[in-house]
Amino acid sequence: MIATIVRRLLQTGLVVLVMSALVFAGLYLIGDPVLMMASPEATDLEREAIRRNLGLDRPLWEQYFIFLSKAVQLDFGNSFLTGESAMHLIIERMPATLELATLAMFISMVVGVPLGIYAGLRPESLLSRGIMSGSVLGFSLPNFWVGLMLIMLFAVMLGWMPAGGRGPVETFGPIELSIFNWDGLRSLMLPALTIATAKCALIIRVTRAATRECLPQDYIKFARAKGLNERRVLGVHLLKNIMIPIVTIGGLEYGQVFAFAVVTETVFSWPGMGKLLIDSIVNLDRPVVVAYLMLTVVFLATLNLIVDIGYTLLDPRVRLGGAA
Amino acid sequence: MSRVVQTGPEAIAAAEPAVRIETSRWRRFVAQYVSSKAAVISLVVLLLAIAAAVLAPWISPQNPYDLASLDILDAKLPPGSKNFDGSLTYWLGTDGQARDVLSAILYGMRTSLLVGFVSVTAAFLIGAAVGLIAAYFGGRMDAFLMRLVDMQLSFPSILVALVLLAALGKGVDKVIIALIVVQWAYFARAARAAAIVERNKEYVEAASCMALSWHRILWRHVFPNCIPPLMVIATIDLAHAIALEATLSFLGVGVPVTEPSLGMLISNGFEFLLSGTYWICFFPGIALAIVVVSINLVGDHLRDILNPRNEV
Repeated sequence: MIATIVRRLLQTGLVVLVMSALVFAGLYLIGDPVLMMASPEATDLEREAIRRNLGLDRPLWEQYFIFLSKAVQLDFGNSFLTGESAMHLIIERMPATLELATLAMFISMVVGVPLGIYAGLRPESLLSRGIMSGSVLGFSLPNFWVGLMLIMLFAVMLGWMPAGGRGPVETFGPIELSIFNWDGLRSLMLPALTIATAKCALIIRVTRAATRECLPQDYIKFARAKGLNERRVLGVHLLKNIMIPIVTIGGLEYGQVFAFAVVTETVFSWPGMGKLLIDSIVNLDRPVVVAYLMLTVVFLATLNLIVDIGYTLLDPRVRLGGAA
Repeated sequence: MSRVVQTGPEAIAAAEPAVRIETSRWRRFVAQYVSSKAAVISLVVLLLAIAAAVLAPWISPQNPYDLASLDILDAKLPPGSKNFDGSLTYWLGTDGQARDVLSAILYGMRTSLLVGFVSVTAAFLIGAAVGLIAAYFGGRMDAFLMRLVDMQLSFPSILVALVLLAALGKGVDKVIIALIVVQWAYFARAARAAAIVERNKEYVEAASCMALSWHRILWRHVFPNCIPPLMVIATIDLAHAIALEATLSFLGVGVPVTEPSLGMLISNGFEFLLSGTYWICFFPGIALAIVVVSINLVGDHLRDILNPRNEV
């Protein structure tokens, strides 16, 4: 068990290291920052001085090593645009994305799991077919499209919710959240629904597949044979077993939402990390892009690790099986 | 096998059952496909969309990129309006530059489908090559290539494509490159899974006994047998590619303004949406949704048919 965790930790570290090398190499290939920083009239001598000042004349591996040692201290340089620390800019935007992703995942779980179980219990019923066709729509329609349609319906035609922006926030120390504020929640609702549409479709499919796999198992038959009522059979015996794939997929998707939020945040001008990334890409604000990428790499790798370990803890077959 | 040249009537007699099996397999495939009404309808819709895109220059009421044919006074007309001398009806309205939205959609569909088809075909070939090589050689080669695939797949495709396009710049060719990069890994994984099953079959052994070169065995013998599962992925990926291109263009890092795709049209219409001029954004959106959903339904049904577990 411990050996497995240690091995997974090492693997995760390796992935992060390789990705940092890729990001660094990409950064190196994109272009010469000196040309961007020096004025067009600068002489070659002046350019050379800037190059030396920035340490760009040193060998590549040495530059990479400096990049890494700074990255460990979460120092990715300052934004070209505002002069603020790139890391600080991202961390500032993090709560907005976090609450968006959390609410979206919450909605898709609360809606998706019951619908998925129903579709799994009665695969031939008309409602189940409707649910499954709906789920095809949910994950095949592009995210920004869903967002636009929601804006058109709820913001422009019905006027129930604002079309964009974050609305008022409540402050908790340095953290600003809008989820605990009625008006804030209203502006959070549409972007969260947009993300939830796609994720819900996936959760429905996973839940349905897991339910259908679980139902013919002996322990379900046995629970029924014992005369347990249906609610207990489904709520305890079935749910416990189908939770394993759902938690795995849900956890991984929660991480993906951070990346997906790029699109949704842009549609709704939601001031989160994704919007920051797009703005930085458009403005060629390289330190922020690099910091965002490295942060995402570490985050996704860690999430994969947690899901893997959580999986081990949830499933006694894996836990007791030892090395696997 | 093809090295063995057979002549004479015996050979024809020997070859005939094989041909019959081929046609009956094809017939069974068609029969299974038409058994689902939704799948047939979506295939027809898809073919219509492709035809409309290919024929756009001949069937669209107006060339939306010929500036001479645009009249700025016709800008932002609602659906069903006519132009000033009544010779042209804007069935779906006009956009901010007085372009007929219907014509713009037909031309936009061209770009969207072109990007989709080209990128999926390239990703299919590259991925299949990687997957087949990994499966055939096994060992370290396999481990290395599959770690590469795992790494690629662990990152959301939209993020990878975004960053790539940020580095490469705008352009139809660049979008295609970015889409190939984010898609090849799916094909590689599926091709490897299929090829590992095929590798141990007798015909591969027979082919290696005839001292055929490994690339000949892979491409001519193993690859054709791996095509069905790859076709399923290709169909679903086509929808994914079109949706992703639309998203990238919507975010402003995709195709250039001179060759607008459906995503670009939606993006252009977005600024008018909030003022209630819904049609500029809405109709291209519907066109995109119809294309993406119908491809997905076709792919869904293909998967049901071609899944080897369902074969009797």
